[in-house]
Amino acid sequence: MSERMAIVGLGYADIRSCTPGISYKELMYEAATRAYDDAGINPRKQVDSFISVSEDFWEGTSIFDEYVPDQLGAALRPVHTVCGDGLQALSCAAMLIETGQAQIVAVEGHSKHSDMCTPHHIHQLAFDPIYHRPLGAHPQHLAGLEMARFLHESENTREHCGLVVQKNRRNALKNPRSVYGSDLSLQDILDAEPTFTPMGVLDAAQPADGAFVVVVAAERRAKALSTHPVWIRGYGWCTETPAVDSRSWGEAAYARLAAHQAYRMAKITAPARELDFAEVDDSFSYKELQHLEALDICPQGAAGAWLQAGITQTGGEFPVNVSGGSLGVGYFLEASGLMRLTEAVLQLRGQAGAVQLPAVRRGLVQSWRNLPTTTGCVVILERADGRE
Amino acid sequence: MTVNIKQWPGTALATRDLEQGHVLTVKYKPRAEYAWDAGVAIARYLEELKAGRLIARSCKQCDRILIPPRMFCEECFRPTDSWVYVEDTGTVNTFSICHVRWDVVRLDQPQLPAVIHVDGASPGMGILHLLGEVAPEEVYIGMKVKAVWEEASRRQGSITDIRHWKPWKEE
Ligand SMILES: [Zn+2]
Repeated sequence: MSERMAIVGLGYADIRSCTPGISYKELMYEAATRAYDDAGINPRKQVDSFISVSEDFWEGTSIFDEYVPDQLGAALRPVHTVCGDGLQALSCAAMLIETGQAQIVAVEGHSKHSDMCTPHHIHQLAFDPIYHRPLGAHPQHLAGLEMARFLHESENTREHCGLVVQKNRRNALKNPRSVYGSDLSLQDILDAEPTFTPMGVLDAAQPADGAFVVVVAAERRAKALSTHPVWIRGYGWCTETPAVDSRSWGEAAYARLAAHQAYRMAKITAPARELDFAEVDDSFSYKELQHLEALDICPQGAAGAWLQAGITQTGGEFPVNVSGGSLGVGYFLEASGLMRLTEAVLQLRGQAGAVQLPAVRRGLVQSWRNLPTTTGCVVILERADGRE
Repeated sequence: MTVNIKQWPGTALATRDLEQGHVLTVKYKPRAEYAWDAGVAIARYLEELKAGRLIARSCKQCDRILIPPRMFCEECFRPTDSWVYVEDTGTVNTFSICHVRWDVVRLDQPQLPAVIHVDGASPGMGILHLLGEVAPEEVYIGMKVKAVWEEASRRQGSITDIRHWKPWKEE
């Protein structure tokens, strides 16, 4: 990276299963207010550019980008939306800063999932209208297909996937910024209602509402603004073919390539040794295992064994999703990456509360845009007193 | 297409080819249904419409009265301060004579959407609504208008609780 930059502000609001009584604008305003206060800035004067992530169909309003400025302090200012995951927007913010066009950029993502009456029907519209939609399968059947192939190709097992659910939902019990904390036995998880076998109902993350805002600043501004800046050391994103007939079902190729890009920038060659923890996508139980392998954090086929050995547990050598991940915290549509980023930044600031890990210096955040996509993004973060 | 091309390449496609199934067609009826939380500002606004009143929010910092109301001031980026009732009269800021409806049906009686600056709200603060009880050629920018409310029993907490705005002379 040619320009150093850091996250200097963080705000989140209303992480709940549903948020009756407030509008999406009021939700976004609340998170933005907290982020600007955290950064100690006036958005009307000090933020050079604003980015929001949204997908028109989730919102129910087309050309949704026109509906975001007021509640972010972005009226009559440079603003655009990214129709993708929050970490893709963070990458856009980083690029805006790298060009010199902006010194301070605000990135927002929100989920008002509870506003949707027919979420599965809306999700269905993401599927190819000629090849795929006429088959009439529920959107999550793709996860069943992927899980089956992943387990077939690797040494990971159905039980390992169940352990991911158990770990993340238990982790969330300690995290007040979460919705789905629960203490389940492995048997509870394996016996749960089958949905898209080999997946059961508990293997899928459940939706939640919430808004997340982060403020990113170029180095010369970051040091003045924040006593605990969290540096962005690398970022990358990638999309594999959308074709469901020929994508790589067993491995998460998008995550592997996005990680390569981020590792190259951050000059990381041995991720498990050089990183201290990770918040990775676990929208479905097997995804955490698949992603850890694609990210080269653990050897191919070993993610389940690592979990069983306690390595990715909170007290282990490489904790994964200490926050509770999406299985424990919730699934926030396009804001999911920003939820993971928020948790990682809190860890590196030492502000993660009951889920705080001791002495963490460098962490990885990875997102996936959920079904039916093959898009993922990776960001490497480092604490202020880390390696220069 | 350039004039040098004398003959169209490919095969022409007519509506009947689609209707008669000569080409592949896909029919799909989306079920995209939403129940948006109105939130604090819009909910109160709609409740007041049902009661036959227009309500706004004030911002102390920029000294504006904002309608439709919002819980934050987009200029000052701070919470707005209080609820303020405003008049159901105003001034036409801009209008258009629409000969075609939203679903492209041509209209005998043109529709008259207008932005109405509401009396009691700050300059530039208005609502988009419809004009009525006026001939299209008589509408002008700067015209004073007054809301014509739906009968109380028929109001349902919607912007259509105002039927339209009609020309009005200040007493
Ligand atoms: Zn104001």
